[in-house]
Amino acid sequence: MARKISYQQAINEALAQEMRRDQSVFIIGQDVSGGTGAPGEQDAWGGVLGVTKGLYPEFPDRVLDAPLSEVGYVGMAVGAATRGMRPVCELMFVDFIGCCLDQLLNQAAKFRYMFGGKTTTPLVVRAMYGAGLRAAAQHSQMLTSMWTHIPGLKVVCPATPYDAKGMLIQAIRDNDPVIFLEHKMLYSLQGEVPEELYTVPFGEANFVREGNDVTLVTYGRMVHVAMEAAANLARQGIDCEVLDLRTTSPLDEDSILESVEKTGRLVVIDESNPRCSIAADISALVAQRAFSFLRAPIEMVTAPHTPVPFSDALEDLYIPNAAKIEAAVLKIADKRNAA
Amino acid sequence: MSTHLSTDQLLHAYTVMRTIRDFEERLHVEFATGEIPGFVHLYAGQEASAAGVMAHLNDEDCIASNHRGHGHCIAKGVDVFGMMAEIYGKKTGVCGGKGGSMHIADQEKGMLGANGIVGAGAPLAAGAALAAKLKGSQGVAVAFFGDGGSNEGAVFEAMNLASIMNLPCLFVAENNGYAEATGSGWSVACKDIAERAVGFGMPGVIVDGNDFFAVHKALGVAVERARSGKGPTLVEVKLSRFYGHFEGDAQTYRGPDEVKNLRETHDCLSLFRQRCSTEGWLDAAQFERIDAEVAQLIEDAVRLAKSDPKPQAADLLSDVYVAYR
Amino acid sequence: MIHTLTMPKWGLSMTEGRVDVWLKQQGDSVEKGEEVLDVETDKISSSVEAPFSGVLRRVLAQTDETLPVGALLAIVVEGEASEAEIDAVIEAFQAGFVSSAAEAEASGPSAQKVEVGGRLLRYLDLGEGGTPLVLVHGFGGDLNNWLFNHPALSAQRRVIALDLPGHGESGKHLQTGDVQELSDAVLGLLDHLNIDRVHLAGHSMGGLVSLNLARLAPQRVASLTLIASAGLGPEINGDYLQGFTEASNRNALKPPLIQLFSDPALVNRQMLEDMLKFKRLEGVDQALRQISGQLFGGGRQLIDLRNMVGQQPGLVIWGSDDAIIPASHAQGVEAQVEILPGQGHMVQLEAAERVNELMLGFLKIQP
Repeated sequence: MARKISYQQAINEALAQEMRRDQSVFIIGQDVSGGTGAPGEQDAWGGVLGVTKGLYPEFPDRVLDAPLSEVGYVGMAVGAATRGMRPVCELMFVDFIGCCLDQLLNQAAKFRYMFGGKTTTPLVVRAMYGAGLRAAAQHSQMLTSMWTHIPGLKVVCPATPYDAKGMLIQAIRDNDPVIFLEHKMLYSLQGEVPEELYTVPFGEANFVREGNDVTLVTYGRMVHVAMEAAANLARQGIDCEVLDLRTTSPLDEDSILESVEKTGRLVVIDESNPRCSIAADISALVAQRAFSFLRAPIEMVTAPHTPVPFSDALEDLYIPNAAKIEAAVLKIADKRNAA
Repeated sequence: MSTHLSTDQLLHAYTVMRTIRDFEERLHVEFATGEIPGFVHLYAGQEASAAGVMAHLNDEDCIASNHRGHGHCIAKGVDVFGMMAEIYGKKTGVCGGKGGSMHIADQEKGMLGANGIVGAGAPLAAGAALAAKLKGSQGVAVAFFGDGGSNEGAVFEAMNLASIMNLPCLFVAENNGYAEATGSGWSVACKDIAERAVGFGMPGVIVDGNDFFAVHKALGVAVERARSGKGPTLVEVKLSRFYGHFEGDAQTYRGPDEVKNLRETHDCLSLFRQRCSTEGWLDAAQFERIDAEVAQLIEDAVRLAKSDPKPQAADLLSDVYVAYR
Repeated sequence: MIHTLTMPKWGLSMTEGRVDVWLKQQGDSVEKGEEVLDVETDKISSSVEAPFSGVLRRVLAQTDETLPVGALLAIVVEGEASEAEIDAVIEAFQAGFVSSAAEAEASGPSAQKVEVGGRLLRYLDLGEGGTPLVLVHGFGGDLNNWLFNHPALSAQRRVIALDLPGHGESGKHLQTGDVQELSDAVLGLLDHLNIDRVHLAGHSMGGLVSLNLARLAPQRVASLTLIASAGLGPEINGDYLQGFTEASNRNALKPPLIQLFSDPALVNRQMLEDMLKFKRLEGVDQALRQISGQLFGGGRQLIDLRNMVGQQPGLVIWGSDDAIIPASHAQGVEAQVEILPGQGHMVQLEAAERVNELMLGFLKIQP
């Protein structure tokens, strides 16, 4: 059942196992195999970072390379989904949302509603997001809140290999369009992952750490940074509760409120830019629904309102780190003696 | 030009075109009363295109349309009562009143949807064609778009993809000469839209859209090509619309008496009737019977649409997702 | 004699533990078997017992310190030793100690998987010698339910602990989920391992499976240890079974799990997460429903094998406060009966030392 594999391998395994199980699942994207129309080997890349490697040899009819035509092939995936297929479409970098936004915003997201509940669009769009690779402004964004804003889409942000496999399988089986966001800095993260098929439900945050003094809410790579901060804060006598949202749409509002009602203090951590971010969204939710439980103002730890810089010196300042999280916590929580 | 069409097929073709014409003409009248919400974009004048294409398709085949989609929907067999109710925003509409004129869809009839985003239907149709191919079915898909839509990147990308993947997808450009208020002679860089086919590795065909029989013949070839696995075709159907881009459009960008003249000399229904009469295929009584039936159908559809209930508050929140968790 | 007290390995996946509370202070005397310190892992909290007697001369691990399995915690001296001698032992130990997860894992037990009768079974095979002891877990559990028993019991004889079909890392597909299918799986494993005769120990539903096995193949069962066992009476906590089976998130799962233990604080975040991970595996939900339908339909025990007790030597252990299956089921059977006061249903976990002691004592006197 559980042996250690990487986040990347977990995603590959989810795709392979679901494709074996369900003939209607197919993959389409740029270089998801690589080598099409070229004289060298097929499956030359298996995705730009190798996440889909090995799938083309096993499923040559269902791993489709596409040319640089996001409008075209994402639109095709949408159309195919309405006709009984379960496409897993890859948008190489979430930053390319600009190239195919209509297909997801105005088409896939709206079909079920606009067509009176009679069209089903079981599409998965996988995309890499996040900074840290020095890939600069057009290849490092989060954009989570843009997707979350759109009614009709589900937005999934696994932070661990276990969640990556289970939530991708869930996404493929889900009958709604799902945006599946993979943090590019987590691909080599190792974790225990069952060999068997399993699903992780959407709309359920994971309490990765229980604590009484302050609630840290976050998702994606920041879950690990928050845990690092929590360990440091524990040494200073502050006991953090860390919530991994896992999905931003649907959002597990109940767990967030339950935690804040217990601790009375909230720090929301979001790697994206601050305006209209997930952090702002959750802050508003808590301010509205748990105001009487708050014993201090809500703190948000986010990137600044800038594009992602290239130079490593700057990118490292851009990405929220444990020290910034600790500083935010210390603003609103008193140090205590160690228990 | 011989047609090889049976009497039933001819009657059906006329019924489809008559239904579209009467549907649109009636909407033109009703819209002016202010009772119909939103926008409508009327297909009157273009009937032969829809009828000629759909004559070769069955329920397994898919079409994607644009904002000017009533004709495509009717020709594909979407329920007329449901369509009228939808346009009136009633709960009995084919989309529960939640889509309106521009978003009429019926997956069971292979109608992927009218679309408010011009050109967006092309990749969707290509995707339906891909699905048919992966499933090993004989189904084909047709993307309808106008001269305006033909300039959208979505259409270019879909055509390229359909060619390189050898998909059973047809691209039907209904060139009525105007994209909103802009003439296609200017907005399309090449002389004919069909010329672009070469750039996308598929045959390009030009068809007189006022001649049902010409459309029927050309599309027969293209559909057969797709069904037999030989890939896509771009068909440019040259035709005219009798009304504005949308209802309420004063059409001042058109020449004086342009529409009046078109109705006299380029009416595809009149031309169809003349042809059938001349050739002795159908007689006046058959036409009049259909005219009367269709008139009653449209009358009933409007009457019901007007009296049917609107959606309720609970309908506002339903069907955003199949299941939210 | 200078003894080194080291971080134990509990269960298959433990790689490190955090020192929670020192129960003995430097200078205290320690008896073999006495609890010296509390250690917390990500999965469970328990106490480290001294494997030797003497005086606790050096406490090396600090409270809240996290150390890998096998690391030095303290020095216990039996008899005389100088500070210099103790220093030398510590220095030698630390020099030779390689603290890597792989090393720790290699030194601990590792399970195997085998295809038996068309299904995959995971099992642990520890220790050697004697008539083997087979440990059978209960509903929704797995071989790690015995993690505090494996070390003590396998020090004396060969111990085999398996995951029943539908559980742990064994195959999840069941034909019917009836008790026959479950005990056939155990028998199949024994046949595969060429083991003719065993001591059986079953917890809860595992006790029912063991009773059935004893009924089917009495010649293969040397003795029967039944711990909070099913099959001895009609009552069972149907609400617990239903709640456990249907729970799909932590808030729904916590109340049923709390009913299992005498100390509710044991139901922590990690336990809930581990149980949810099990329940999310494909086929588990169906397996659990099949089994509970066959064995406990309608919130009652459907199978009574009470008359099987007494056919072979028997030990029955129960917690007095068992909220799942009442301790009254232990009364009046032809076996050695031990009721542990204040203990709940998971008595082999919460009162491991006592259970180990009882089992070892019982097995020792068997022919």
